[in-house]
Amino acid sequence: MNIWDWNYAMEVFPVIFKAMWTTLSATIVAFGLAMILGLGLAVLRRSSFKPLTWLVIGVSEFIRATPPLVQLFFVFYVLPFFGISLSPFVAGTLALGVHYSTYCAEIYRSGINSVPRGQWEAATALNFTSSQKWTKVILPQAIPPIIPMLGNYLISMFKDTPILSAITVVEMLQTAKIAGSGSFRYLEPFTIVGLLFLLLSYPSALLINRLEVKLNRRKVVKKEKNSKHKGVAA
Amino acid sequence: MLAAKKLEFVEELAVNTGVPLVSYKQVSKSFGDIKVIRELDFEVSPGEKVAIIGPSGSGKTTLIRLLMTLEEPTSGVIEINGEPLWHKEAKGKLVKADEKHLHKMRGQIGMVFQQFNLFPHMTVLRNCIEAPVKVLGMSRKDAEVRAKAMLEKVGLGNKLDSYPAQLSGGQQQRVAIARALVMRPKVMLFDEPTSALDPELVGEVLDVIREIAAEGEMAMILVTHEMDFAKDVADRIVFTDGGKIVEQGPPKEVFENPKSERLQAFLKRMR
Amino acid sequence: MTAINTYVELLPSLLNGAKVTVQVLLLSMIFTYLIAFLAGLGKLSKFKMIRGISTIYIEIFRGTSLLVQLFWIYFVLPFFGIELSALAAGVIAMSLCYGAYASEIVRGAILSIPKGQTEAAIALNMTPFQRMRNIILPQSLKIMLPGFGNISIELVKGTSLVSLITLGDLTYQALTIRNTNIGQTTEIFTSLLIIYFVIALPLIIIARWLEHRTSVGGV
Repeated sequence: MNIWDWNYAMEVFPVIFKAMWTTLSATIVAFGLAMILGLGLAVLRRSSFKPLTWLVIGVSEFIRATPPLVQLFFVFYVLPFFGISLSPFVAGTLALGVHYSTYCAEIYRSGINSVPRGQWEAATALNFTSSQKWTKVILPQAIPPIIPMLGNYLISMFKDTPILSAITVVEMLQTAKIAGSGSFRYLEPFTIVGLLFLLLSYPSALLINRLEVKLNRRKVVKKEKNSKHKGVAA
Repeated sequence: MLAAKKLEFVEELAVNTGVPLVSYKQVSKSFGDIKVIRELDFEVSPGEKVAIIGPSGSGKTTLIRLLMTLEEPTSGVIEINGEPLWHKEAKGKLVKADEKHLHKMRGQIGMVFQQFNLFPHMTVLRNCIEAPVKVLGMSRKDAEVRAKAMLEKVGLGNKLDSYPAQLSGGQQQRVAIARALVMRPKVMLFDEPTSALDPELVGEVLDVIREIAAEGEMAMILVTHEMDFAKDVADRIVFTDGGKIVEQGPPKEVFENPKSERLQAFLKRMR
Repeated sequence: MTAINTYVELLPSLLNGAKVTVQVLLLSMIFTYLIAFLAGLGKLSKFKMIRGISTIYIEIFRGTSLLVQLFWIYFVLPFFGIELSALAAGVIAMSLCYGAYASEIVRGAILSIPKGQTEAAIALNMTPFQRMRNIILPQSLKIMLPGFGNISIELVKGTSLVSLITLGDLTYQALTIRNTNIGQTTEIFTSLLIIYFVIALPLIIIARWLEHRTSVGGV
């Protein structure tokens, strides 16, 4: 460890730590967008108007299959040509949010599909309107089981925020780059950034695992209850 | 060829008379806090057919799994032909056996499972030659000859190229029996071989086991719920309950004159 | 949006970058899956040391950002005397990162094989190595494929990051062209997206097919 300069590390740490707030706020804003937009996509995909469904599927697949970095550049560099000039932070969170909304949409889909058909039918029989069906019957059952998966994508997005450095958003990696290029020492800044990411994402991942186990336990009990009622082999 | 093999076997018997083929000495097995087998003593002679009956949880399956090295005893010694299975003879003896020793000893035991456990990615023939080739070092040709003969014996000589998924439960179990027999173990273990089968398929498997038992040479330990079958095939019935052997004896005695209350209650329940 | 001509003119220069992208992709795929098996099996090892090393490797590379790892390998390793070309750094970073994720797929697939298979193999007196190689791995490979398919698609997307350490891939070429042709920004990035999609498309089709195969009728 004689190559590690503790003095420099101490010097550079506060700056990087401060940038962490940018990283975190970008993550939260982008993921918030992803969750909302994703839900919209998931619901739209179930539309009975086929062309809309195909459009949603096509666009989602295209966005999911192409690099978020390129989408980032697109939002930041191309949109101004159409009159939409965005600040780096806004462009970045928009691009990430849209990219991840396609993943969230898939997760919502699996959650919605796992709600038994009988629930839809019962809701119809009770004469609920479409939006009531969604908000009172389907979503309350679809969402809880998929929360761990959403959590994993949140962590994923957190780890993807450094790409925002490519459009000069001053998050952690960008800060480290600036510090490093000034001092020609990259070891301490980049290592600190790496460690900060690890320190935040590892415990979060563990928490989500715990959450998943808890939710699965409830699901198993529920499943057994259901099968006893219907007399169906579990 | 067969006569020469038989002679070998008999000679081995002569050398080892007096020493039981399998012996359990004060064997206990606990899973966490639950003691499933309690200081159990048990012996099997060469060529003997033993059926183990008893209520669920009495430890009968664990008993044979210990012999097949699928579970490790918590205490006590299991011996095959006088040689410890889970321990190595090293001056003081109480040295835990390593995989090398287990591998050497394990070759004398074979097992047929309740869930058949055939290898789904291999054909019936391949299931039966995989071990002879890879473990016994037989040539593929010799292994195929032996396997085909065994599969004929269990009535599946025409299914060599089928995959397990294409066979009925009864057929799969018969393949499993052939697969185990091909390794020529001295003791064959059966863990409730028909419990997972639809009723109409049970008979074909029991018939095969009956035939193997009639041939004589191999010792067999059968854990089963099929009482009539046990009466037919076994030289000795062992009744376990609460992790111990409560009563044992020839089938006639055990079934017609059960001495212990627990066995009486058990038999009444099974009627 | 200007005429199709612009797109056609851009193609040759962009395709130069595509060559590098595919190169990085293929190399990374090889090492990713190699590492995936090493780490996946390592985490299942009966030797505590091997288990420990595998787990630490997996948690570090799953818990940190790929871009940060990339920068670290390219900019920091020289301090330790290890100077890597951008290509090497890119491939190594991607393989280590995606290898960690893929190793969980390997491990999950192996663990999903019913215990009875291992027990039957023990009953036939196979050595632990024989059990893994002949019974467990062949069966688990089918289960791993859909996950591997998805990782392959992620790898395609990941390659774009190497542009940020100045490796001449598709994205880098696009940025370079853009520097001298700002007016064609829209066409450049649109072509970029389309070309990436075209590269990913075969992998997507294969991945969907693999998923479909294991869920319908199944293994």
